[in-house]
Parts: sequence; structure tokens; C-alpha cells
Amino acid sequence: MKVRLLDIAHARSGDKGDTANVGVIANRPEWFPLIARELTQARVTQHFAGMIEGEVDRFELPNLNALNFLLHGALGGGGTLSLKTDAQGKVYSTALLRMMLDVPDAEARALGLPSA
Amino acid sequence: MTERVVRVASGQGFWGDSLDAPRQQVENGPVDYLMLDYLAEVTMSILQKQKERDPTMGYARDFVGAMDSVLEAVTERGVRVIANAGGVNPPACATAIQGVAKKRGKSLRIGVVTGDDLLPRLNELVEQGHALAHMETGEPLETVRDRVLSANAYIGSKPIVEALSRKAQVVITGRSTDTALTMAPIRFEYGWKDTDYDRLAAGIVAGHILECGAQSSGGNCQYDWRNIPDLANVGYPIADAYEDGSFVVTKHPNTGGRVSVQTVSEQLVYEMGDPHGYITPDVIADFSTIRIEDAGPDRVRVFGIKGYAPTDKLKVSIAYKSGYKAVGTLVYSWPDALEKAQLADRILRERLERLGLRFDEILTEFVGASATHGPLAGDAGRNAPEIQLRVGVRSDDRATVERFTREIAPLVLNGPPGVTGFAGGRPKVEEIVAYWPALIDKTVVQTHVEIV
Repeated sequence: MKVRLLDIAHARSGDKGDTANVGVIANRPEWFPLIARELTQARVTQHFAGMIEGEVDRFELPNLNALNFLLHGALGGGGTLSLKTDAQGKVYSTALLRMMLDVPDAEARALGLPSA
Repeated sequence: MTERVVRVASGQGFWGDSLDAPRQQVENGPVDYLMLDYLAEVTMSILQKQKERDPTMGYARDFVGAMDSVLEAVTERGVRVIANAGGVNPPACATAIQGVAKKRGKSLRIGVVTGDDLLPRLNELVEQGHALAHMETGEPLETVRDRVLSANAYIGSKPIVEALSRKAQVVITGRSTDTALTMAPIRFEYGWKDTDYDRLAAGIVAGHILECGAQSSGGNCQYDWRNIPDLANVGYPIADAYEDGSFVVTKHPNTGGRVSVQTVSEQLVYEMGDPHGYITPDVIADFSTIRIEDAGPDRVRVFGIKGYAPTDKLKVSIAYKSGYKAVGTLVYSWPDALEKAQLADRILRERLERLGLRFDEILTEFVGASATHGPLAGDAGRNAPEIQLRVGVRSDDRATVERFTREIAPLVLNGPPGVTGFAGGRPKVEEIVAYWPALIDKTVVQTHVEIV
């Protein structure tokens, strides 16, 4: 089943220099393991291809049912140097929530995931 | 016996935040401390420029009005105020606040924290061998030293605690960490020691939740945003802090917004680096140990935080001049708005090329199609009722950027049709103030507290 990340998680992002961070939080604690499994460093790197110049770091915060990603080289030099509309990376959060996940039907049903 | 609690209220998340929030925080219910955070990374350099023009300036002027609005709470009810509004000139800020008090026939005891400003010592420090290398690129400060506008060390909670222990009713700092503004009064009330790492870390987490104003009480919240009540009357967050380091995030009753596990969680991950090591001058906080639970309507309990000994460095925030930029916009309308904007961009770039203008960067964005979500947006712009063409350029040469600003307007008559949105006139050329983060040995920075 196709599941949109937007329907199962929420997120906030911000900046540190030329790096944007995206914190993504499961809407329900029981959905966190699935999100942690699907949002690998490679998958998020691929998702943001063409939008960032550097690497992606990934951190787990199971205590908050959250993951944190650092997107390096995301802000056109960062802060005041940047020519971008989103110079401080405030909406990389919603860009991540566009991601579609492929979840086995049985698992999706068991977890009560909303279908995209 | 009821458990002792220290109530710290947040009334400002940045210079530019709500003018009413400080007053509402002291009038809508009981609080012990009002914390006001005015400084962002680039604010110091703006303040430095203001101070150069007028030596009595260089602080966050909004704070003067804020203090006027809470003066009675401070002098009659004993609410104490802690703000980093001092910017690059805390003594001048204190003088302005004393002026406000005097005009109302009140006297105030103000603690002024200085010592964070390294600009006057910069050459001496570099000569002594402090490279102040860029934390991301590793370049030595030497490469931009002649263009530096401001240099401030991020200082921690100790001078604020000292000012409070010397009975300051208002504490004004320069570049204190945002989190210390909240942690210091809690630490002062409970007498936490330098080595009470877990409790200091808890205070830092409370500070992180409070430092962005209403961003933890329903503002800018992704989760269930449609149903967050009455944001026009949003209540700013309050930390009810306990002796063991745990605290409850809440807000005054009868205010809008929401404090929930979700609103607080979003703020916890905001501007987060490595969650295992949130480094501050006082302590390293481990965000992966934070426990958070619902504790009733608009009440969220936060506890269980681990802290570790701080490093022997302080972060230094340096601002320097780095060329010029300008951004011009035009709006193209349906039909084929995106195609028209794309053609206009090609025409503009060809013109710039023929004029022989060289830029360090030209960035084109199609607002309404892909500006913030890039390729992820797919074909969103194809049938858009309008698309904004937004072109930015950057160069060390002011004249080059200036020339660019004169090439946008002609497109209204000599480019693709269906164009509007040029009422603002030519784009402005802006001087770029860039940010240079560095580290310095703690021993080099001595803070000083004066009561005035």
C-alpha cells in the first residue's frame, strides 16, 4: 500500500549555517518503527537529490518518536548569503513529508495507516 | 505541602516578535521570571552598524517598549526580567531602561552583563594565536579579518546567576546563549552547582523549548494546524520548573494556541544538530534522553534528561562583509505562466551575458511552481494562475549588482506577455553580512556583571 509520509508524521526544519535540519516525528508512537525503517539515510539523500549539495546525516530519537536529518549544503551558502526564498530551510520539513512509502498491505492494516 | 515551582515565561522569540507578548505574559497569570530572547545570528552585526553611527545605540530597541509595558509587574509584583536585548551595547540598553523607569517615577536595579564582545580584542587574539577558524570550512579568520563587523562569544548562565544573586530586578546581557536566559533563573533559585550536569541540561532543554516564543505553544505547528485554537490570541509558553530538573511546559489559561506533546516535540527538533550532544557553555545536553508526556490540558511534562561536562571552548559568532546581492521579481499570469516566466529568465540571462556581467551566483526560482520544493514539486506550475519569476544575483562588485537591478524592469515591455507585479520598482542592492562561526578557549573570555 502507498502511504504518504505527510499522513503519518509531522516535521519542523531550521538552519545552522549552510545546513538545514529536518526533524520528523511520528503522529503515533506505534508508527515510529516503520518510519525509522523506511527513512534511511540513502532514501532521504535520494529524496533531496538536486536540492542539496552535501551529505545527509541521520539521527534517531526514539524517545521523541523522531528522526533528525542534517542536510548539508542545502541553503545556498546559508543565512544572509543565500539567494533562496527559503534561505533558512524552514520548509524542507514539508518537502520531506511529500515522500511516499511502500508498506506491505498486512502491515499497513495492522498499524491502521491511512492510504495515500 | 506543595512542591516548590519556579515559573519562567517566554515573551519574545526574536527581535521582531509580538510587541504585546511580554505584557500578556505578566498580566494573564502569575510568573516569577520573564525571559526575552532578541538575538539571532545576524542581529549582532546590524546592531554593530547602528552603534557605529550612534554610540548610544546597538541594542534591541523593542525591549524599551517591552520594559515599559511590564514595569509595574517588575516593581510591584517582583517579576524579574532576563533579556539578551543588550546586543553589542548592554550599558546603553540599561541606560535606556533606567530612563523608562525614571519617567514613571520608579527605580530599578539592573544587572548588566558584559564581556562577550570580542571585537575590540580581535587583532590581539589573532596575534596571540587564536585562529578562530571557521567551524565548517576550517579557514582561518585571517582571510576575512579586515571585513569583520562584529565578534561575540556565546556566554552561559553564570553571569546571569550572579546578577540575580546581587538582587537585579532586570538582567541585560549581550550575546548570551538563548537557552541560558531560561536556565539561569531556575539554576539560581535551586542553587544548582557547576557539576549538576543532569539538572543544568534539563534547564537547557527548558530554554530550548522557550527560546522561540510561541513556536512551542501552537505557532508554526505542522501537527493538526487547522484545529489549533485562537492563534490571534496565542499564549506564549511558560516552564514550571522543579528542583529535580523536571518541568512542565504550559501557558496561561484563556489564551489561544496549544501546548501538547506534538507542539513541544516540534520545537525540540527545531534547529537540532547531533541530538546526543547539544553543546552549551554550561553543559552538554543529550536530547536523546528527553522524556515527554501529556500532563493535562495545555500541560506537557518533560523529564529524565542527561547532561555531561561542558567543553573548554566557547562558540564565537562573527559577522563580516561579503559582497552584495539583489533579488528581482515579476509575476506571469495564466495561460502558460510557468513557460512565460522561464522564457523571461532566459532573456534576462542572455542580456546579462551580453552586458558582460559576471556574478558569483545567479539563482532563478519560479515561485508557485518549485521555489521551495524544487524537483519534488513535479508539474505543479503547469496550470498555475500565476507564477512569480524570482531572480537573485550575488557579487563582490556593487556596480555589477546595481546593473542587474536595471535589467528586470524592461522585461515588462520587451518580454513575454501577461506580466505584472512590478509596483515595487527596481530591486534594492543589499550589502551581504555573512556569518563566521568559530571556537575560542573559555579562559580568554571574562564576563563582568555590573549593577546599575
